[in-house]
Amino acid sequence: MPSRTERLPAGSAPRPAPAEGRKGGARASKKLPTGSEWSFDALERYDKAIARVAGEFGLDTWPVQLEIISSEQMMDAYASAGMPTGYHHWSYGKHFLATEKRYKRGEMGLAYEIVINSNPCVAYLMEENTLTMQALVIAHAAYGHNSFFKGNHLFRQWTDAGTIIDYLVFARDYLADCERRHGVDAVEDVLDSCHALSNVGIDRYKRPQKLSLAREQSRQREREEYLQSQVNDLWRTLPAREAAPEQAAEERFPPEPEENLLYFIEKYAPMMEPWQREVVRIVRKIAQYFYPQRQTKVMNEGWACFWHYTLLNALYDRKQLSDGFMIEFLQSHTNVIYQPPVTKPHYYGINPYALGYGMMNDLRRIAEAPTDEDRQWFPDIAGRDWREALDFAMRNFKDESFIAQYLSPRLMREMHLFSVVDDEKQSDLLVSAIHNEDGYRHLRQVLSDQHNVANIDPDIQVWSVRTRGDRSLTLRHFMHNDRPLADTTDEMLRHVARLWGFDVFLESINASGEIVSTHACRYEKRHER
Amino acid sequence: MAYLIDRRINGRNKSAVNRDRFMRRFRGRIKEAVERAIKHRSIKEIDSGEKVSIPARDISEPTFRPGRGGVWESVHPGNEEYQRGDRIPRPKGGGGTGGGEASSEGEGEDDFVFELSREEFLNYFFEDLALPNLVKTQLASIKDYKTTRAGYTVDGTPTNIHVVRSLRGAIGRRIALASPLAAELHKQEEELHRLEAAPVPDMLRINELREQIHALKSRIYRIPYLDPFDLRYRNRVQVPQPSARAVMFCLMDVSGSMDENRKDIAKRFFTLLYLFLTRNYDTVEVVFIRHHTQAEEVDEETFFRSRETGGTVVSSALELMNEIIERRYPASEWNIYGAQASDGDNWHDDSPRCRHLLAAEIMPRLQYYAYVEIAEAEPQNLWREYEFLAEHFKHRFAIQRIRRLDEIYPVFRELFRKTNAFAY
Repeated sequence: MPSRTERLPAGSAPRPAPAEGRKGGARASKKLPTGSEWSFDALERYDKAIARVAGEFGLDTWPVQLEIISSEQMMDAYASAGMPTGYHHWSYGKHFLATEKRYKRGEMGLAYEIVINSNPCVAYLMEENTLTMQALVIAHAAYGHNSFFKGNHLFRQWTDAGTIIDYLVFARDYLADCERRHGVDAVEDVLDSCHALSNVGIDRYKRPQKLSLAREQSRQREREEYLQSQVNDLWRTLPAREAAPEQAAEERFPPEPEENLLYFIEKYAPMMEPWQREVVRIVRKIAQYFYPQRQTKVMNEGWACFWHYTLLNALYDRKQLSDGFMIEFLQSHTNVIYQPPVTKPHYYGINPYALGYGMMNDLRRIAEAPTDEDRQWFPDIAGRDWREALDFAMRNFKDESFIAQYLSPRLMREMHLFSVVDDEKQSDLLVSAIHNEDGYRHLRQVLSDQHNVANIDPDIQVWSVRTRGDRSLTLRHFMHNDRPLADTTDEMLRHVARLWGFDVFLESINASGEIVSTHACRYEKRHER
Repeated sequence: MAYLIDRRINGRNKSAVNRDRFMRRFRGRIKEAVERAIKHRSIKEIDSGEKVSIPARDISEPTFRPGRGGVWESVHPGNEEYQRGDRIPRPKGGGGTGGGEASSEGEGEDDFVFELSREEFLNYFFEDLALPNLVKTQLASIKDYKTTRAGYTVDGTPTNIHVVRSLRGAIGRRIALASPLAAELHKQEEELHRLEAAPVPDMLRINELREQIHALKSRIYRIPYLDPFDLRYRNRVQVPQPSARAVMFCLMDVSGSMDENRKDIAKRFFTLLYLFLTRNYDTVEVVFIRHHTQAEEVDEETFFRSRETGGTVVSSALELMNEIIERRYPASEWNIYGAQASDGDNWHDDSPRCRHLLAAEIMPRLQYYAYVEIAEAEPQNLWREYEFLAEHFKHRFAIQRIRRLDEIYPVFRELFRKTNAFAY
């Protein structure tokens, strides 16, 4: 969802900043409030100060709406991926229970900020946070993420910040209505299957229309009828007469493979009720809305971290912040951008905050104080105005291309990056590149690929449907680097079959076009719950 | 300028619906876990919460994911020693730098574990159990409330104002507020009189005093007759009103023929019943009667703990039970239940007497009578006599034979199952 969450590592309770006595009229009024307790007045003053600095740096943001919430509400929001409102589903309850349990036991700190990509941009401030943390969240979320949401091309093209909340309300009401009409179980079944398939319910290449609530509502009924008539048309033909079976087999449907499985189901599943199609559509639309987030995790976090650091330091330089504030702030900041090395037991891969922040900072360094190496690698940035360079990077890239474009040799050296090949046919792992002259380009390419969502998700497409036969659906999985599907596949096919209403097959195809493995799921009506 | 909104006041418990959905969906799973727990934990420990773990695969929200295998190349930070071309043994168990990392971002495969509170646990446990034939009145657990007076409060609705109390308070307040002023007034009036009586009145002082007196009088005058502070309201509280009362008789053989093991089983059986009762009915009384050749009424502690030896005369317990019913629990006011545990041994001549006592005296007053026989041998005479009763009072007299600890629970379920078969 249009939200970003960050965890305060457990056990790192922010220390209160030492209260500072007010010294004289003029200087005291310039200083921002200190102490660990926040107040509405103090938050307003911090927001004003941060907004002013952000404006001076040229950050372009949506209007900001700061909302104070309790920890329980934060857990609510956390459970529903930050959606301020949404339809009801057990999985959100599950996440809530899990979060609550871990929070109560002290195993995790709560996400201390959630920000919603909407207009106005909503940022949650948790009441338990200290004043310093609130200021950090305001700078990070309400100005950092906010400007990214507004500026980055993926968000600009694929999401409409003005209407998302309205659409979520529409979805919630529509599903509540469905539950009344068709029962909770029936709706839950469809939702379960749709949630499972939401990763393959996305248009990756063709840009969908932006959500518009008014249009959705006015057209929804119309669409129901139209869709149903289309489906009826496709399936109208009675099962083919035995006379001409070959001829029937010739016709291919769909004419081109379709990458968006949920879209295909919504349009063509033979036995679906109109309301079920609408539910599929809702899940699909919301998943689509999330898609830019997944593609810009590194950039988005890096950008926000860079700006909270820059903005608060600017305020400190103007003597508006106390030393105590800065110490508490820096402690949180370093926690967030810490990258444990591979040798540490708590290493869980690359920390997107660390990588993103490192790259953003590095970009500024390259622009401001380039070395000869930088001039060679980044001739068009070196020596340029750093704000322009950063702004350009923020607007026009996603993680994959951002890394491919801007990861500098110096940062690779600083992070001691190396790449490892894990080939199941080999008994050992192979170090393919390290942070040296030979390895830079290779490392950069591998890291970029690693952040390419298209490489992470398996490539599964609708291959064919036997329109004249048993109506079975065949999916094809185009294997990337011979990677098979995980053991969830059979279960996934059951979900597909539940929506499709007939048998479903899946074939895995390797790079040379051979079918490596097949899965099948027979649809049995009787087993429907 | 940003908007600052305080959301803390609204939207509490927004996830409640989703949490309910979760419990609802995994109801079967949770019940299973509860039942498993009941099987394995001692009945005496039953009165506590339970960790329910649901297998991760049941609760997972699957997606199409790449599995292990194929070729993975990934970048990691913190290189210390590796050079290009180095070979690293594949980490065991797939951790560390192995493949599949891109997809498995910290998603553990552990079971999903969450805590059921004691209440929830017992709710599940007792879910489809109920005392049968609770027909005289409603279930005790459905509480009736009766409004009773409980003193006075300082706020309430105008209709509840207690006039006398309020005015009493007002008088007190007026006195308290006015008395220092009145004393002062009195003093000054006296002085005024004295001055006025003087041959040469000191007009300056007199005028000053008059003004002061006037000021004091108006201050006293301004003390309100009735202040909101004085108001007292009748306080009414809701007191739960039992609409059904039940008494449960627990009869147990503690004679020499009941060995430790059997006693243990019987104890557990009663513990279970007792728990069930204390849990489901606020207004259930329990009478414990233990017997060998003689019967006595004991408290719960003694009932389960003490050791006795001797022969067995079951009828002694039944007689005592009958006596207690007559004395303390008139059948017109109480729903009476009986539960008996024994090894089946009895003086030979006593068993027909038991049957007679039950059929003629006790059963007409009882809602339900349950008997468990903890024995491995062939049923003895008591069982055969009870069989007649079971036949005769078809849905109100239940008998079961149990042999092992783990049979208690099914027996319990059998006895107290919420079925129509038990209805009249």
